[in-house]
Amino acid sequence: MQMPAPDQSVLARRGRLAAALRRIVPGEGVIEDRAALRAFECDGLTAYRQPPMLAVLPETVEQVSAVLRYCHEQGVKVVPRGAGTSLSGGALPLADGVLLGMGRFNRILDIDYDNRCVVAQPGVTNLGITQAVETAGYYYAPDPSSQIACSIGGNVAENSGGVHCLKYGLTTNNLLGLECVLIDGEVIRIGGRHFDSEGYDLLGLLTGSEGLLGVITEVTVRILPKPETARGLLVGFQDLEAAGNCVAEIIGAGVIPAGMEMMDRPAIHAAEAFAHSGYPLDVEALLIIELDGSAIEVDHLSGIVRQIADDAGAVSVKVSADEAERLAFWAGRKAAFPAVGRISPDYYCMDGTIPRHQLTRVLTRIATLSEQYGLRVANVFHAGDGNLHPLILYDANVEDELERAEAFGSDILKLCVEVGGVLTGEHGVGVEKRDLMGAMFDEADLNQQQRVKCAFDPAGLLNPGKVFPTLHRCAELGRMHVKAGALPFPDLPRF
Amino acid sequence: MSAVLQPETAEQALEAVQGAVAEARPLEVVGRASKRGLGRPIENATRLALDRLSGISLYEPEELVLSAGPGTVLSEIEALLAQRRQQLVFEPPDFGPLLGGDNGQGTLGGLLACNLAGPRRIKAGAARDHFLGFKAISGRGEAFKSGGRVVKNVTGYDLSKLLAGSYGTLAAFTDLTVKVLPAPEKTRTVLVYGLADDAAMTAMATAAGGASEPTALAHLPGDVARQSAVTYVAGAGGAVTAMRLEGPGPSVSHRCAALRTMMGEYGDTEELHGHNSETFWREIRDVTYFVAGSNQVWRLSVAPAQGAAVIGRIRQELDCRFFYDWAGGLIWLALAARADAGADIIRRSVAVTGGHATLVRADAAIRATVPPFHPPPAAVAALSARIKASFDPLGLLNPGRMTAADLPPAGEAG
Repeated sequence: MQMPAPDQSVLARRGRLAAALRRIVPGEGVIEDRAALRAFECDGLTAYRQPPMLAVLPETVEQVSAVLRYCHEQGVKVVPRGAGTSLSGGALPLADGVLLGMGRFNRILDIDYDNRCVVAQPGVTNLGITQAVETAGYYYAPDPSSQIACSIGGNVAENSGGVHCLKYGLTTNNLLGLECVLIDGEVIRIGGRHFDSEGYDLLGLLTGSEGLLGVITEVTVRILPKPETARGLLVGFQDLEAAGNCVAEIIGAGVIPAGMEMMDRPAIHAAEAFAHSGYPLDVEALLIIELDGSAIEVDHLSGIVRQIADDAGAVSVKVSADEAERLAFWAGRKAAFPAVGRISPDYYCMDGTIPRHQLTRVLTRIATLSEQYGLRVANVFHAGDGNLHPLILYDANVEDELERAEAFGSDILKLCVEVGGVLTGEHGVGVEKRDLMGAMFDEADLNQQQRVKCAFDPAGLLNPGKVFPTLHRCAELGRMHVKAGALPFPDLPRF
Repeated sequence: MSAVLQPETAEQALEAVQGAVAEARPLEVVGRASKRGLGRPIENATRLALDRLSGISLYEPEELVLSAGPGTVLSEIEALLAQRRQQLVFEPPDFGPLLGGDNGQGTLGGLLACNLAGPRRIKAGAARDHFLGFKAISGRGEAFKSGGRVVKNVTGYDLSKLLAGSYGTLAAFTDLTVKVLPAPEKTRTVLVYGLADDAAMTAMATAAGGASEPTALAHLPGDVARQSAVTYVAGAGGAVTAMRLEGPGPSVSHRCAALRTMMGEYGDTEELHGHNSETFWREIRDVTYFVAGSNQVWRLSVAPAQGAAVIGRIRQELDCRFFYDWAGGLIWLALAARADAGADIIRRSVAVTGGHATLVRADAAIRATVPPFHPPPAAVAALSARIKASFDPLGLLNPGRMTAADLPPAGEAG
């Protein structure tokens, strides 16, 4: 993975920079010791590692602002980091960069039941928000599988999803307000406890911007009343195509389940061995369908879904009898990644989205590629929204297996784009899919995105080397070839 | 200026914008111009009408996606969706009559450019939340795209969100993809009679936080309720609070009964079925009550529980009529025409607890002097200007539509 070349003039000033940053964040807040810095060398994408030049762990928005302003003045790169659970290398440090860890921002600032929202610092975990409001019967809907560890600030930066986003949306659909610090230290507040923004939708733009536009220091999210009832159905099929058809029929019938997941045989077996969820082991495809709402609604929808499943050729249907069994159904799915980790020394998790009707074609091709590359693959799939997570099994200690896994992965993602899908459904581009962006976007598309980056960070100091395959200078991107006349208002910055 | 450019293909639209760039000539980008009266008036610009970039190019009900040209009339989309019992779940309003025109003129491009949403906003989000991807032409005269044709995608910046609600100031759309969802099988509306505004806020918050899952919550003071075409509302003889429930038949009946029991503590209740319910929520959605006359009309977005308090502050200084949607979070307000449109009073009252106020209807002369959109804080305004410049460095697309700040200084107009 090619990262921007370290700036030797910055590295030469390391000691002085550390001293200056320590004046902003005193005591333990600046980490200079090289052994201690190794703790930050990677995020959830462990294949790439790079200790940062320095790590800074601020506690207040004033400190964040001062750190960014100082780094901006000094021309020092900054990589923001939440809990470090990103699967795309979004928080991969830079050798000449400051790693800005937001873990100390760990307080919930306000719980507002009247307006059904929570104001939290960015380091609060996703699950921490639900736990803060569940006694009152509320929850925070987006639930990425890493929810016990991942931070809400990181969720905003990555626009995280989860198994329930089919019905309840991604982070972006559940966010009301942000406080954010720009690279020059400017603090901006967007939104609040009301709906929709008054000017350009900066809330929507910042969500999923992968730490390239600003550092989030406060988040306001919507909370929802916990559904009265939730019920899980495990539906087994003898082939993946029948399972795919069942999913299409359910949605076509007007039912949007709270979650609808699919697993193939290798994933079912790995998950069952790990979590003992009661999954059938003699099927090729398993659907986990969750229905929620009033008890009467759940009864009604369960009946419809069972009928569709039977008609689609389901060979086994199991309905959760109680809450413990429903959670057990999910335990296997939510542990699918670590479960696969037990059957292989290493695994590489992909994240493309495809139009669902292309599922059979894509899985057939993945099976062919699997043979070609000589690497096994297990597939878990957010079936409702077409978000596919093939897990490529490899062993990093075997010569060239990582390279083969990466090549296999990029073939899968290019295939997703080829059938009308996208490179990433919820994990982000980061460094991982950066060099594949050209498969989905042409130069004009990427240039316009980078011009937006220039509007926030003209010097390119915030999380550079992520998302964009080629870094252009903002001046070069802003150049316009105007044939006639001068520019009409020369004092406006042009990017 | 009377010139109208009316491209029939995306290539022609690209040529039109490139031509304008070459001459540094401003463009007023519209669909069918049904919401042209929303925002600051645009002067001395060539009109670029995208109404002929119309037609639905892709509809996959099982994938929940639809793609169409920006000039596609909403009624065409809604009719096709209805055949498969689907809908644009954010309940697109039709502001045609409110803005002095006909109904049924709105296009998909206009809807997304203005990021509108109806009463279901509280449950289902706004247009932005269902805008999956686009092709467009920037003010640099470059065709570009963003997003995709699948419902879950985080590849690159979410420029769909940025362009939603940008009123054509960043780019001209040529192709749009939106998420569609199933239409509810059954709808019931519970009415609660005679609540004061404060009590209505509490009742709506109680409903929103309970198990009945309302998809719309509105409160009409007596004078507004009287104008409804629905007898159960108009004949109430006082204020009416309305709560809509949607979903599968048995579930709606059950939740409706439970909600009526719960609301019995607040006041007498009634319920609206099928046609009446539909008529009522269309009135709320399209602000029918404020269409007649020459009142100036404001749209306030505030924290829902603070709705009544915001109105309380405004009424101390300003005589107005009003009603609440979005559980109190959306206030529609009408007042007799004033030169300042009451902007300072209204925006000060909103600022106490946060939110924004948009002057939706006023004469062009007023909209040229009173900022129709809530002026953002300086840092956000500066950032927004830089974003504008990143798409449209010459300031050619809908100049001044959202803010006078993006107009060239006097005497230097292109």
